Parts: sequence; C-alpha cells; structure tokens
Amino acid sequence: MILKDLRSALRSNIREYGMYIALVVIMGIFTIATQGIFISSRNIANLLNQTGYIAILAIGITLVIVIRHIDLSIGFLSGFLGAVAAIAMTAWGVSTWIAILIVLVLGTLAGLLTGYLVAGVGIPAFVASLAGWLIYRGALLTVTLKTGTIIIPNEDFNAIGNGYIPDILPADTAFLPELHKLTLLLGILAIVWLNVRAFQERASRQKYGLEVLPGDMFALKQLFLSVVLSLITWVVAGYNGMSWTLAIVIVVALIYNFVTTRTVLGRHIYAVGGNPEAAELSGVSVKKITLTVFGSMGMLCGLSGVLFASRLQSATTTAGTLFELDAIAAAYIGGVSAAGGVGKVTGSIVGAIVYMSLTSGMNLLGTDISLQYIIRGAVLVAAVIFDVQTRKAKS
Amino acid sequence: MSEPILEMRNITKTFPGVRALSDVSFRVARGEIHCLVGENGAGKSTLMKVLSGVYPHGSYEGEILLSGSPQRFRGIADSERAGIGIIYQELALVPDMTVYDNILLGHELRSGVTVDLNGTIKKATEMLAKVRLQLDPSTKVRDLGVGKQQLVEIAKALSRDVKLLILDEPTAALNEDDCDNLLDILRGLRRDGVTCIMISHKLKEVIRIADTVTVLRDGRTVRTLDAGKGEVSEGILIQHMVGREIDDVYPKRTSKKFGDVVLEARNWTVYSHGLGRTVLKDVNFTVRRGEIVGFAGLMGSGRTELARSVFGNPDGYRVEGELLVEGRPVRFGDPRAAIDAGVAYASEDRKRNGLILIQDVKQNITLANLRALAARGVVDGNAETKVAEDYRSALSIKTPSIDQKVLNLSGGNQQKVSVAKWLFVRPKVLILDEPTRGIDVGAKYEIYTLMNKLVAEGMSIVMISSELPEVLGMSDRVYIVSTGRITGELPVEEADQEKIMRLATS
Repeated sequence: MILKDLRSALRSNIREYGMYIALVVIMGIFTIATQGIFISSRNIANLLNQTGYIAILAIGITLVIVIRHIDLSIGFLSGFLGAVAAIAMTAWGVSTWIAILIVLVLGTLAGLLTGYLVAGVGIPAFVASLAGWLIYRGALLTVTLKTGTIIIPNEDFNAIGNGYIPDILPADTAFLPELHKLTLLLGILAIVWLNVRAFQERASRQKYGLEVLPGDMFALKQLFLSVVLSLITWVVAGYNGMSWTLAIVIVVALIYNFVTTRTVLGRHIYAVGGNPEAAELSGVSVKKITLTVFGSMGMLCGLSGVLFASRLQSATTTAGTLFELDAIAAAYIGGVSAAGGVGKVTGSIVGAIVYMSLTSGMNLLGTDISLQYIIRGAVLVAAVIFDVQTRKAKS
Repeated sequence: MSEPILEMRNITKTFPGVRALSDVSFRVARGEIHCLVGENGAGKSTLMKVLSGVYPHGSYEGEILLSGSPQRFRGIADSERAGIGIIYQELALVPDMTVYDNILLGHELRSGVTVDLNGTIKKATEMLAKVRLQLDPSTKVRDLGVGKQQLVEIAKALSRDVKLLILDEPTAALNEDDCDNLLDILRGLRRDGVTCIMISHKLKEVIRIADTVTVLRDGRTVRTLDAGKGEVSEGILIQHMVGREIDDVYPKRTSKKFGDVVLEARNWTVYSHGLGRTVLKDVNFTVRRGEIVGFAGLMGSGRTELARSVFGNPDGYRVEGELLVEGRPVRFGDPRAAIDAGVAYASEDRKRNGLILIQDVKQNITLANLRALAARGVVDGNAETKVAEDYRSALSIKTPSIDQKVLNLSGGNQQKVSVAKWLFVRPKVLILDEPTRGIDVGAKYEIYTLMNKLVAEGMSIVMISSELPEVLGMSDRVYIVSTGRITGELPVEEADQEKIMRLATS
C-alpha cells in the first residue's frame, strides 16, 4: 500500500523530486568512491562554502531566466565588484561594511543599466549582457592593472568567506563536545519550522478541498526531509559549525523564496515570464518587473563578488571567469525553463549544490580537469533532458 | 453511397484521467464535405489528431482505413504521405518568408543541391490559382491578412496532392466576405475530387456547405446526418450537440435601465507607427451605465485598436482626442491606470495575450487585482483561494480544482477565467473583444447570461464582435466601424444584419 502510494506520488512529482534524488545519488556515489571522505564534515563544509558565490548568482539568474531573458555579464561584474571592494578597503581606506554597501549599490546600478537596455531600449538581453561581459572584464583588468592581485588585509571582510558563526556555549563544554551547538540549535529550529509550515499549508489546502498528498506520503515526505536536514545539520555542526557564507546563502535564499512565492512582486515576475503580453494587459508593468529583476541580479553580483574575494582574501585579475555559466547551469539543473514562467529559487540552489558536488567529488578523486568539464556538460544535458521529458509526459 | 475514403472504427483514446474518445466511429465518403461539430471538449480535435498521426498508432485503440486499407501512422509525415493534409486553427506559416517558400516548405523543389526557384514560383502560382488567390507569390506572408493566409495554407496542402483535407475551424478568424470566399473554394475543391473534413462552431456555415455532418458529444459519436435528405438544421444540430434543446440562443434581459454616460471618447484619433498609418480617425462614442454597446465591423476595421488605445495604449500608438470616465477627462499611460480608473479589457485572443496558460485558474483570476489580496506586498493565500473559489462557482467554471493549469481547460472555460479576472477588478466598464470566439453553444449561452447579469447590476459592457447575430442579439446600441471611422450608430431595435453590413463595408 505504502509502496504503491510512494510510486504514484513519485511519478506525479518526479520533476520536483528528481533533482533531490539525483543529489542523493551523486553524493552516494562519491561517498563510496572516496571511501567516505566526500561526506566528511570537513569536505561538506568546504563544498557548501565553495557553492556560496555560485548559489547567490544562481538565485538571481533564475529570475532573469524566468522572465525569458539572460544575463551573461554576471561573472565579470561579480569579479569586478569584488575588486572594487578590495580597492575601497585598501586604497580608499573605508571600512568593511561601507565597502560592501558601495559594492551592492554599484551592482544594483549596473543591473539596472542592463535592465534599461533590455526593457527600455529593447536590445536583446543576450547582446546587452554580452557587451556587459566584455566591459566588466575590461574594467576588472583595468583596476587590477597596476597592482595585479590585491591582497585584502581586513579580517572582518575575510571572515565572510572563511569564518564561522560564533557558538552559544564554549567549545570545551562537556555537552556534545565535538559539535557546534548554535548550528545544531538552528538546524533543529529549521526542522520544526519546516514541519509546522508544511502541516499548516496542508490543512489549509484541505480546508478548500484542494489536492494534497495522501497522509502516509505526506508523513514520509516530511520524515525524509527532516532526516536529510538532520544529517546536514549534524555534518555541518561537526566541523566548526555554520560558516558565514552558508548563513548568508540561507538568508538570501529565504528572502528570495519568500518574495517569489508569497508576494505580489513574485507573482508579477512569474506572470511576466508566463505571458508578458497577458501580464501587461492585466496591469503588470513588464518594464518595471524587468528592471527589478535585473537590478536584483546586479545586487547579487555584488554580494557574490564579496563572497569570492573574501574567500580568496584578495581580488584577482581572473575573478568571475565562467561564474555566469556555472550559475546558468545550476539554474537549469534546478529546473528553470527557458520558455519562461517556470523555475524555483530553491531548485536553483539545489542545482548549484549538485553542480558543485560534482566538481568537489571529482577533485577528491583526482579526476583530470578535462574529463571534469565533459562530465559536467553531460550532467547538465541529462538534467535538462529529464526536465523536458517529464514536462512532456505531464502535459 | 460510394466507397468511403476514410473509415475510423471504434477509436478509443485516453489521457491520464480522461477518456477523450470512446468507441468513436467515423465514415467519410469520397468527394464530400463532411463537417464535424460538437461542443468544446467533445473530442473533435483529438479525433483529427488521431487521424493525422499526431497521436501515433498504438497510443489509441481502434482502426483507421483509408480507401479500405488499414493505416498505422507513426507521425504526421506518414499521414501526409497517405494524402491527408491538416490545417490547424493556429496557422503554421512562417511570417517572414515569401508565399512561394511557404507553400513548398518541407517539400522544396530542387535542382541539384539548390532550391529550384523558378520551379517553386511556377508551382506556387498554380496552387494559388486553385484557391483563386491573386497575389504576387513573392509577397511575405506577414503582409497578408488572415483570410489570405488561410488560403495560402490551403494552397500549401494542395501542393502535396492531398486527397483528404482537414480544416480545424478555418473560419473562426475570418470576416464574412473571407468566409464566403473560403466556402466557395471548398466547393471548388469538392468538384476537383478533394474530400474535406471541416471542424466548425459556426453552424450556419455548416448548414450552407456540408454534405454530411457528424456530431460528437463527450467523446462519442452522437449522430451522422445527411444534408441531402434534409436532416440538417440549426435546431437539430444544437440539440444533438448539447443533448438538450436551447429555446433561445440569446437570453432575454429582464429590465433595461440606463444611467449616465460612464465612458466617452471625443475625436479619438490613433496613429500606428508599426503600420505607418492612421488606424482610427475622429471616433466619438459613449457608453451609459447598465448598457451593452456593440461594436460591429469587419476584421481589421480598427475595433481592437480602438479598445486597446482606450485601455492604456499598451501598443504605444500616438493618440489624440479626449477620453472621459464618468465625465472626468482622463489620460491613461498604461493598462494599470485604465484598470484603476475602472476600465477593463478582455482581449480577443485569450491564449496569446489574455491568459497565462501555464499558471493555474486561481493565479489567472487574481492577477489583475493581486493588491486587493495583499497586505504590504504579501499575498494572503487563503483570501486568494476564497476569491478564486467564489468566481469558479459564480461563473460555473468547469475545472477539477482552482489549482488546475488554465492550459488544460476547454476554450469556453478559459474564456470564463478571463472574464472572472476582470470581474475581480470590479470595473465600471468592461470591454469584451470577441467574447465568444471559438467557444461552444452552451458556454456562449452562459457568457451571454453573465453579461446580462452584470449590466443589470450596473456595469457597462462594450462588446466587440464579428458575429452579427451576436451583436444584434446582445447589444442595446450598436456602433459600426469601418476602416477606422464610425460609420453608423443604431439602437438595436432599428438595426438588422443588412443595415450593419452596408455600413461596415462603406
């Protein structure tokens, strides 16, 4: 009975669950192949920190793709803004926080500029952002021309990419000495909150007679999610606890997830993506939405640039190279559709983790870099084929 | 009866959760025009997709026989090879290619490795002659009207030696002249020995042209009627289609009370940069509270441009003149401003620019007025569900749930969703552009009833329609638009089809 329900639930939600299954499979394979090193706390912590700057870009690009556009400039914009932050702190002598603020504002302006070219002037996003790719690359080279790599001395700043959130109890407490207590507490709170929310949502849907998963499937799904979250919490808490990078990604993801699923703005974004003409005739300003989405993309480029520069503790001449393609790949693996109107922020984050897991796992195995590119390409194609097929089967 | 060119036996086709066709049998005699009628969702299009190989052999049960021999089509290419040509409602022409390239598209004539241009033009010209279309074959399809594009489609099918031509609602987008012309051409094809299957909602046309009519209802064959034996009349067809008798196609209004003028345009002149010409000149009209005002005219006369230029001008026309809502002059910069001032516009092409097909019923209904459901930008999900459920029951939208994607609804129900969206903004004036195009008799009646109810409650409706009986049956007052000018204004009591047609073509 349960098995039969499971099969039908999986089948009807295969697109949503497929990615999670893929992630578990990939992680499983690497864990076995590396004799457990892959799943070690240290490696997972590293993996999540590496995913940070791509995940941030993937969140932004998801919305850009949802409204049927693309932004190729995000990689070098992120690299350039990282360098601006470094210069602001070293040459201009501003504080870490002011430097970050400057970069976020500049990023937003750069995004709005691309958005204006697309929505206001009517240039295809591919071309407008390709121009941006060239310009920001040149800008990055210009500002790092004299100095080459700029070393960032600010400890606050470098902690963003390398530090961990403080603990509530000192590390030598007798209670669970190996684990980071605050991380553990946050994990438990997240699990409780997630289950409560899911239960409320289900009750409210039932009240209106909407379709819900059968009771046993709902319980199984929540159990599965809780177990996975517990494992992640346990693993992360086992090595210094939650990093600032992870904390930032989670906060950004929560905000964007809330905005896209619950707010008027989010609805309007998906409406524009689903059918721009119908949205315009329904009183949604396609122009404003396009500007907003590109503006947010630019701001996230600033944040991503900060994360990357902070992780390297320096701004380099090649920062940002290929970030845009990694982020776009992550979004597509995460189920966004180029036809517009479809794609979740959470999906893209999982997509980013899948993508970075591949890199991390293959690095551990010592796979040759040339083969790594080929495998990443194959996984990207496989993910999109799967997406297209399940979509077809559904309609 | 001669040997049938086509026989479909006991066709059953199921989709997950739905049985679209059950045990349908369908015979078409050689050289006849066979009309297929039925409400939306009756299974007409599915049956034709089975026939043309869109649903390949094996995905349905039953047999298809062409001239007596069984067929197993794996795809459209197979059915084309067997002499079946299908023309869909949405035309499949490449707008930026020439007429001759379109006609030979996919079957290009070659000389060596290159396309034989002279041969192509010659062949295309021959095919155009068959559909009596006189035009330069090197014209781009984009520059043709819908009626001519339809004929190019037919020419394209003929170039492939079709023996059995299927037309899915060929006249849905055509005006009366183009319609007449098309029906004439079908008669010509019949003389040349081409068999036609035509799906149509316009029963008057069916009666004019059909040799045989097959009625489908709920995925089953209800009856096959022989026009030669006088078995076909509008009443009989409707009765078979809906399974009940509809006494009157247009519901009666209980009371007519008109208030003050709600919407007025003065010397409204619209210039389109895209077309490079003035599409409306010095148009004046008024709409009173509680009134249904019909706008009649031919396709391309400027009615849609009028509606859109009033509704916040999303096309960026250059507009001159005055617009007044409840006597106050207004100027709308975008549709949002129009909506906020109480003017709503349900577009003519609900699939292209009316609805968001990949979103669900609920999201489509609330889209234009989400702010009413939101506090500080956050949508109240429960309130939204309640609103959507209310409209679903008020308009009897047939859908398994408000979570269903609009894509999966029938045309009539999609139209109801589109109307529901505008009712939720509580407009003073609702402009309906071709509100019943492509929807079945039963759903039409429901839409008409709803319109009557709305005006009784004090709303005003502007109805743009190309179907004269509808204009006459529903309007209180009729404006006739011809080539961008209002050529007449008639109270409905003084209007008849002939008068309107004369003004519309003047």
